[in-house]
Amino acid sequence: MRVHKLMLAGAGALAIALTANPVSAQKKYDDGASDTEIRIGNTNPYSGPASAYGQIGKAIEAYFKMVNDKGGINGRKVNFITYDDGYAPPKTVEMVRKLVEQDQVLFIFQTLGTPSNTAIHKYMNGKKVPQLFVATGASVWGKPQEFPWTMGWQPDYQTEGVIYAKHILANVKDAKIAVLMQNDDYGRDYFNGFKKGLGKDADKIVQVATYEVADPTVDSQIIALKNSGANAFFNITTPKFAAQAIKKAHEIGWKPAHYLNNVSSSVGAVMKPAGFEAGQGILTASYIKDPTDSQWDKDADMVAWNAFMDKYYPGGDKKSTFPAYAYAVSSTMAEVLKRAGDNLTRENVMKQAASLKGVEIPLLLPGIKINTSATDFYPIQSVRLARFKGETFELFGDILSGESE
Amino acid sequence: MATTTTTPVATADTASSSSFVWRYRYWLLLIVVPLLLIAAGKAGLISNFQFLQLSLMIVYAIAVLGLILLTGFNGQISLGHGAFFAVGAYTAAILIDQAGWPFWATLPAAALMCFIVGYLFGLPALRLEGHYLALATFALAVAVPQILKYRHIEPLTHGVMGINVFKSDPPFGLPLSTDQWMFLVVVAIAALMFWVARNLLDSRTGRALIAIRDHSMAASTMGVNVSHYKAAMFGISALYTGVAGALHGIIFEFVAPDSFRFELSIAILVGAVVGGIASLWGAVIGGIFVQVIEKYADAATKAISSAVHLPLELEPWLIYGIALIILMYTMPMGIAGGVAALLRRMKRS
Repeated sequence: MRVHKLMLAGAGALAIALTANPVSAQKKYDDGASDTEIRIGNTNPYSGPASAYGQIGKAIEAYFKMVNDKGGINGRKVNFITYDDGYAPPKTVEMVRKLVEQDQVLFIFQTLGTPSNTAIHKYMNGKKVPQLFVATGASVWGKPQEFPWTMGWQPDYQTEGVIYAKHILANVKDAKIAVLMQNDDYGRDYFNGFKKGLGKDADKIVQVATYEVADPTVDSQIIALKNSGANAFFNITTPKFAAQAIKKAHEIGWKPAHYLNNVSSSVGAVMKPAGFEAGQGILTASYIKDPTDSQWDKDADMVAWNAFMDKYYPGGDKKSTFPAYAYAVSSTMAEVLKRAGDNLTRENVMKQAASLKGVEIPLLLPGIKINTSATDFYPIQSVRLARFKGETFELFGDILSGESE
Repeated sequence: MATTTTTPVATADTASSSSFVWRYRYWLLLIVVPLLLIAAGKAGLISNFQFLQLSLMIVYAIAVLGLILLTGFNGQISLGHGAFFAVGAYTAAILIDQAGWPFWATLPAAALMCFIVGYLFGLPALRLEGHYLALATFALAVAVPQILKYRHIEPLTHGVMGINVFKSDPPFGLPLSTDQWMFLVVVAIAALMFWVARNLLDSRTGRALIAIRDHSMAASTMGVNVSHYKAAMFGISALYTGVAGALHGIIFEFVAPDSFRFELSIAILVGAVVGGIASLWGAVIGGIFVQVIEKYADAATKAISSAVHLPLELEPWLIYGIALIILMYTMPMGIAGGVAALLRRMKRS
C-alpha cells in the first residue's frame, strides 16, 4: 500500500514535471538545427550560361537576412549557405555533398536547374535530407512514392506545355509549329507536355531545334526554324538563350505566334536585353505578380517587396521577376519552418511542407494558392496567360489549372 | 628522376631494424598515414566530404602520373588527357549502371578500354611530332564532351544529364563510412600504380623510353623500335589516366559530360608541369595542386578582395594565374624539381 502511494506520488511528480515545461520536452533537432540556428543549403548559378538566375540565390539570401533582422523564425536565426555551381551538374553534386556532409545543413532549398537537381535527386533521397522547393518545374519532383524527400514549387513544365498547346490549337489558324529547346530533361519535359497537349495534332510540329547550355548562341537554330515556314513558335530556353532567340527572330523578320516558357518570362533579364520592340506580342504563362506590371503598383505585397529590395538587395534588378520569385518561394519556406515549430527534424520539415492547405503566399497572383498533401508534391498548379505589350507582360484570361500525374 | 627514387645503398647494407624501417619507409608511410587519417575521421576531425576531397587528390595524382609518363619520360605532348579520363569514367559508370558490375571489376575494364583507345590514338598520332601531336590531342579533348552527348548513344550515356553511380558499402561489415572505405581503396590502387610506374621506368623498357625522349634517332640506332614504344607508351599513359577517371566516377558517384570539359585536360597538364614533369613525386604534388588550387583559387580570390576592400573587382582565377606565373619562374622544373634542387644546394653548403 505504502509502495503504491509512493509510486503514485512519483508518477504525479513526473507528470507535473512534464507538463510544466512542455516546450523543452518537445524540442527535437536533426543536423543543422539548434536553439539558435537553422542551417539551410543551396546552390545557384552565379556564373556560367544561366547566371541570370543568380539573382534568385542572392535575393533568397537577402530575404533571410530580413527574416533574421526581424528576430528570425521562432527565435532562431536562419543561416543560408549558398554556393555557385555554374549550372554544371558535377559542381552541384560536389557542393551539395559539401553542404550535407561538411556544413551539415538541415535541408537543401531551391537548388536551381533540372540537370543539377536530377544529379543530386537520388543522393538526397538516399541520405534522407529534404530537397525542398527546387527551382525547376520538371514534373519528376512530384513523386512522393519514389522520392519522399524531394518537392518542387512552381507549376510543372508539362502542365505549362499543355496550356500553350491548347492555346495554339484554339488561336493559330493552320498552325505550323516550330520548337526550340534546351537539350536536357528541362527541355524534354516541356516538350513532352506540349506534345501531349497537341494530342493527335502533334504532327503540326514542323521542326524541332535543340541547343546545348554550353553553346554561345542559338542564331543558326532560329534561322533554321524560320525556314521551316512555321507560324507558331514554342521557345523552351533559359534566359540568355531566350533573349538571343527573341532578338534573332526579330532581326530576320520572323513573326510567328511566339510562346515563351515561364522560366524566362523576366522583363529585366530577357525582354529588355532582347529589345522591347522585338518582344511585342510574346505569350507566356505566369503565376507571380510581375514587378513591371503597373496594376500592382499599390498592391501591399508589391510595396513590401519594393521596400525589401531597396533595403536588403539594392543591387538587384527590380524589373526582373526573379527576385520576386525568390521572395515568394522564400516566404513559403519561412512559413513551413514557422509551422515546424520546435520540432526541427528533417522528417517534420518534410511533413509540414507536405501539409500546406490553401496557403496564401505574397506575390502569387490573386486566386493562386499553395496546396500540398502527402500524395500531392506540386505546390503551385495554376497559371494565367500574359502577353508582352509595351514594356511589360499584360495578364489576360482566367486562371488555368492542370493536374500532372 | 628514376635514380632518385631508388633505395639508398648505404642504409640497405646494415641489417639493423632501423634500416628495415628506412628501407620500407615509403610503404610504412603508406600504411600509417591513411590509418591515422581514418582514425581522425572516426574521431570526427575529418568529415566524409573531406575524405572525398582527399580521394580526389589521389585520383588526380594518378591522372597526372599518366601524363608525366608520356610527356616527362617519353617526350610526347598531350593536351587531351581529359578525354582518356572521361573514357575511363564512362566505362566504369556504364558497367555499373547498365550491367550491374561491382565497382572493383570495372577498374581493369576501364584500364583495358583506355589502353586500347590510347594505343589506337597513339598509332597515327606518331606521324605527328611535337606541336602537331599536341593539336591532335587537343582536338580529342574538345570532341569528347560532344561525343558523350551524341543522341544515338544516349541510352548508354544519358546524354547531358549524366549517370548516377552508387558506390558500394564497405565489405565485411567494416566500421567505416563509404567515403572512408573508398579513400583506402584509392590509396591502395594509387600505391600499386606508382609502384608499377617506378619499376617500369627502372627497367630496360624505361631506359628505352627515356632514350627516345632525349634523342629518338640515337635510340633507334641502338635498336629501339621507336614507333612501337611510342604507341605503347601512349596506351599506358591513357591507361593510367583512364583508371583515375574510373575511380573519379566511382567515388564522386556521378559522371556527366560537364565533368570532362576541355579545362580538365589543361588542369592535368598544369598539374604535371607544376608538380614536376619528369618526376614521380611531381605527380603527387600535381594531383594535390589540381584539387586544391583549382577548387579554391576562385574562392580565395573572392575572399581576399572582400577582406582587403580593394576598390576594383578581382577577377576569379586571378590568384591561380599569379601562383602559376610565380611557380614557373621560380621553379621551372616544377615543385618536385625545385625542392630537389633546393635539397642538393643545402647538402653542398
